[in-house]
Amino acid sequence: MKEIVVISGKGGTGKTSISASFSLLGGEDVITADCDVDAADLHLLLAPDFDHAEDFYSGLLARIDPSRCDECGICAQVCRFDAVHVVDGHHHIRELDCEGCGYCARVCPQRAVQLQERKVGQWYRSRLRTGGTMVHARLDIGAENSGKLVAKVKQEAREAAREQGREWILVDGAPGIGCPVMSSLSGADAVVFVTEPTVSGFHDLRRVYDLVRRFDMATACIVNKADLNPEMTRSVHAFLQEAGIRHLADLPYDEAFTEAMVEGCTVVEKEGTPLARALEESWTRLRTLLGTERTGDHP
Amino acid sequence: MRVAIASGKGGTGKTTVSVNLADLLARHRPVVLADLDVEEPNSGLFVQAETVHEEAVHRMVPSWVADQCTFCGVCQEVCQFNALIETGSEVMVFRELCHSCYACSELCPVEALPMTPMKIGDLSHRRSGSLDLVQGCLDIGQEQAVPLIAHTLDYLGARFSKDTLILCDAPPGTACSMIEAVKDADFVLLVTEPTPFGLHDLKLAVETVRGLGRPCAVVINRHGLGNADVEAYCRQEGIPVAARLPHSREAAQCYARGQLIHPHVPEVAAQLEAVAGFIQRIEQEGAA
Repeated sequence: MKEIVVISGKGGTGKTSISASFSLLGGEDVITADCDVDAADLHLLLAPDFDHAEDFYSGLLARIDPSRCDECGICAQVCRFDAVHVVDGHHHIRELDCEGCGYCARVCPQRAVQLQERKVGQWYRSRLRTGGTMVHARLDIGAENSGKLVAKVKQEAREAAREQGREWILVDGAPGIGCPVMSSLSGADAVVFVTEPTVSGFHDLRRVYDLVRRFDMATACIVNKADLNPEMTRSVHAFLQEAGIRHLADLPYDEAFTEAMVEGCTVVEKEGTPLARALEESWTRLRTLLGTERTGDHP
Repeated sequence: MRVAIASGKGGTGKTTVSVNLADLLARHRPVVLADLDVEEPNSGLFVQAETVHEEAVHRMVPSWVADQCTFCGVCQEVCQFNALIETGSEVMVFRELCHSCYACSELCPVEALPMTPMKIGDLSHRRSGSLDLVQGCLDIGQEQAVPLIAHTLDYLGARFSKDTLILCDAPPGTACSMIEAVKDADFVLLVTEPTPFGLHDLKLAVETVRGLGRPCAVVINRHGLGNADVEAYCRQEGIPVAARLPHSREAAQCYARGQLIHPHVPEVAAQLEAVAGFIQRIEQEGAA
C-alpha cells in the first residue's frame, strides 16, 4: 500500500482540483482521503454519496451544574483560558474558550464541574462515481483542529485499502504548517506539493518543505499557474532541483479549473485538453516514482 | 476599531485585500495591519517598512525537576492531553502536546514541574509612514497557532488605542485559529470568490461569524469568474457586498510579483476604494 499526500502550504493554488483529478485517474484502485477537514471541498468535485456517517468526539468540555455551584470562583482563578464567565452572578463556561483541560473540575470544592466528551465533527465513508471509496470529514465550526480528525480519516482510509486490497491511498492534505498538516503527512510514502509562482506561494512552499524534510518520504511538485510569472517559475524550478524534489509538471493559468468546478467535475474529465494530458502524465510519473524509489515504511 | 479580514477557503484574496486596503487607507490616516495567519504569514512580503520592535514569543510548558519528584503520578493523571508520562523512574514531558493549562504544575504536591517558557514563534512590528505592520510567525514544527495569535492580539491591545483602525488578516478556515482571530473583532470582512468552493466555504464562514455575533460583509474577489451563486446567496441572506474586485490576469500578475495591485490596475483600485469607504462608514456609525 502506498500513500500519497497532496499539500500546498498556501491556499488557492489548486491542490484540491489536482487531488480530485488524481482520484478520478486512479479510479477504483485508489482510496481517496480528504484531510483538509476544516475547508473540505473535495466532495464538491467528486460527489461522494455520504453512505456511512459517524460523529467524531475528541477532547473534553467543562460544564458547571448550577444546582451544585456555590459561586466560589475557584474555577475562574485556575482557568488559563478565560473560559469561566460570570453572568448575573452565576459562573458558567464559554464553550469556545474551554480547552478541556479539566483543571476546574479537579479543584471545584462542590464537584459542580462536569466534563463531557466533545463532538468535534463527523466523518464519512462514501462511494465515488469511479467505483472507488472516499473517506472524508467535516470539522465542526470553531472546533480545535488538533489533527485528530485528520488522523481518523487516514486510519479509516488505510482500513478501507486493506479490506478492499487497494494499492493506493490519495490524500488531499491540510493547508498551513500546524497539527493538521503534520497529521496529514504522518506515515505517508510521498508528498506532492502544489505551488504557484507567486511571492506568497513560493514563500509558503519553502516553509512547508522545511516541515516535510523532517519526514522520510519521496517528494514531487506541480507548479500551477506557471505562466503567471515565468521568472519566478524558474526560481521555483531551481529550488526544486536543489532540494531534490521531483518536478512533475508546469500547468498554465487556466480557467478550465474553475469551469470544471462550476460543473461539479474534474478537469481530467474534459478528455484531450492539454491540462488533462498534463495531469495524466503527472499521475503516471508519480506512480512510477513510487514504484522505483525507496520510501518510508508504514507503521 | 478592529476589522478582521477572513475567508473560509484559502487563496481567495484575503491577503491581497488586506495589504492593498491598508496601503490605501494609510495614505490619509494611521492604520495598523496585523497578520494573524501565523502559519503562513504573507502580508509582510508586500510591505517595505522599518523595524520598530521584534520579540520571540513563548508559551509556558512544564519542565521536570528530577530531585524533587516523588513519582506520585498526579501530573500524569491530571493531564488531559497525554503530555506527561510517569514511568516510575522519570517523568517525560511532551511539550508539543501541552496546552499550557498549568494543572500538572500547580497540582504537583512537591513543585517538581515548574512552568518554563518554550519558544513558539516571533512577533515583528514594522512601520512605513502611517502604516504599522504587526506580524506573528509560527516556528516550523510548532503545532498550535492559537497561543501565538492570542499573544499578537495582546500586543495590539497594549500598543494601540481603541480608536486605531486595525485590519487583521485572519487564518483561513473556521476552526480554532480563525475563531481566535475573529471572535473579538468589531467587524468581519469575508473575502470570497464566485466559485462553488468559494461559496461552500463562505457559507461556513458566515455561520461561524454569526455564531460569534459579529457583523459582517462580503468582498467578492475575481468577480466575473465562475457563476452568480455567491451574489444570490448574499442577497438571500441579507449580507452586504462591500465590493466586487474584477477578475484580472494583470492583478494576478502583480500579486505574483509581490506588488500592490491598486497602483497598477485601476478597475481593481476603484473597488478597493469602495471597501475603504465601506469601512470608514462603519467606523463612523460605531462612533456615533
